[in-house]
Amino acid sequence: MGFDTAYEAISEEADTGHRWAFGTGCTDPLAGVDTTVPDGVDCADLGAYCLMLGDDALIMSHRLQQWLASAPELEEETALANIALDLLGQARLLLSRAGTADGSGRSEDDYAYGRGEREFRNVRLAEMADADFGGLIARLLVFSTWRLALLSRLRASRDPVLAAVAAQGVREVTYHRDYAARWAIRLGDGTDHSRERMRAGLAAAAPYAAELFERTHVERRLAAAGVAVDPPGLRSEFDEVLGTVLGEAGLEWADAPGLPGLGRAPGGTSAQAGSIGQAGRDGIHTESMGYLLAELQSVARAMPGATW
Amino acid sequence: MPDAYRKTMIRQIAQHAHSEIIGMQPEGNWVTRAPSLRRKAILLAKVQDEAGHGLYLYSAAETLGADREDLTARLISGAQKYSSIFNYPTLTFADVGVIGWLVDGAAICNQVPLCRSSYGPYARAMIRICKEESFHQRQGYELLMTMMRGTPAQREMVQDATNRWWWPSLMMFGPPDAESPNTAQSMRWRIKRHTNDELRQRFVDMTVPQAAALGVTLPDPLLRWNDERGNYDFGEVDWAEFKRVVAGNGPCNAQRIEHRRAAHEGGAWVREAAAVHAAKRAARKEAAA
Repeated sequence: MGFDTAYEAISEEADTGHRWAFGTGCTDPLAGVDTTVPDGVDCADLGAYCLMLGDDALIMSHRLQQWLASAPELEEETALANIALDLLGQARLLLSRAGTADGSGRSEDDYAYGRGEREFRNVRLAEMADADFGGLIARLLVFSTWRLALLSRLRASRDPVLAAVAAQGVREVTYHRDYAARWAIRLGDGTDHSRERMRAGLAAAAPYAAELFERTHVERRLAAAGVAVDPPGLRSEFDEVLGTVLGEAGLEWADAPGLPGLGRAPGGTSAQAGSIGQAGRDGIHTESMGYLLAELQSVARAMPGATW
Repeated sequence: MPDAYRKTMIRQIAQHAHSEIIGMQPEGNWVTRAPSLRRKAILLAKVQDEAGHGLYLYSAAETLGADREDLTARLISGAQKYSSIFNYPTLTFADVGVIGWLVDGAAICNQVPLCRSSYGPYARAMIRICKEESFHQRQGYELLMTMMRGTPAQREMVQDATNRWWWPSLMMFGPPDAESPNTAQSMRWRIKRHTNDELRQRFVDMTVPQAAALGVTLPDPLLRWNDERGNYDFGEVDWAEFKRVVAGNGPCNAQRIEHRRAAHEGGAWVREAAAVHAAKRAARKEAAA
């Protein structure tokens, strides 16, 4: 770049803006990947599963975006924005895949901005507001430990798109988990106050953890077809990682009864008897979700027909 | 290095770093509401870049003996300034595009010559910053182009945002040369290479054709090409407003500083915990050795 002509960059025809589109990697993880839905896989189930994993990333990213310009240190500003960007990139790929898999042809934006609260399939942990930095780190540790366990298994999915998204996601979420673990240790092994904030954050996140390991009918069918990951199978890795990290931090993970959802899971959509009932995967969210979506969707919904 | 040179450089670099950090607020204001996921990713990456620019500018200031914590305290107390442009509110999503186009555009005009500043660490930081600013500017302009091809309401939003940001953008170059006491000294030291009025003129000349390509009107009835000068003539900036905002009485001065103060003080316990943990670790390592 000639320094006296930097301004001319504006007239360049080539738009290199795409390098932001998929998070840190700056490469399209789907380049060269066969996007045909594999034989024997139910297209509606695959679409629903992509929404689950995509909504987890989209909504978690939204909560991280709310930390912008409010983090305790500049280094944390860049790190949290980076994690938010990675998850947003994962969400975009997964929501786009949902639209091709379920045959609706809907775009990532149709899903993000055009659905009502009951159609969002994220776990409720993702939508939880953070009380403070300790709460954020606790939630990020729980979320990324679970998601990394999930994505690392999903790399073997029979759906080449999910496998490719997972391969990229593993690289990203490995960093997210590492970031959260390092801060959990600093806070746990820091001052009395920081240990208490970290402990409170873990206690606040604990009731949302049970839902992470519940199995919907969609996941059961897709796991049997070699496409999805069976959530209960993630529990042992989750416990082991949290045990190691929190042991180092001088803290412990206290299992809490799962936060109840609503009623009993109806046939065809959710989990077994004795479960928490209908929850995030069934479109039953916490009260905070409505406000989150109001913020996320406000401009897009105020101007229908607009192009951005 | 003359002491006055060191002081001037620290002040200039710190003011630039503060501007990056405060600038995260007006744009960050729209990240959660960005109306498409692509625009959201672009804006989020941009605000992250600003934090990164702040980081390496503070590092450049530290090479002169300054301390980031101390500079932050000066920002919060009002002892050091940041660019006044960020004391204006971002009222619609079109502001995101117009900030990219006009505010980043003006910043580039100001900053490109600084890549040849006489102070190496600052000049090197500016090279990277200018590359990224130019990228941001192109993205802002592209957003506006897209909106201008959209609905009438979108076009109206772009024009409204242009009307609100045009004059404050011209103020970014500082007071007129006749009232800029430090310019001569800074040019002698080669930490400034062009006068405020030269850069302002350059910005106007480059922006007018861009506005025409976009299809918006710049809110200045006196704006016209002057064949004799080979430049655009333009109206007088409202310098009374400029002074008011610099003095702390703009629409968002108090809000911006209060936000920064709350974030910084709210994070004190986190920074303290990190320091205590590091000390404990070092002590344990020593005990084990």
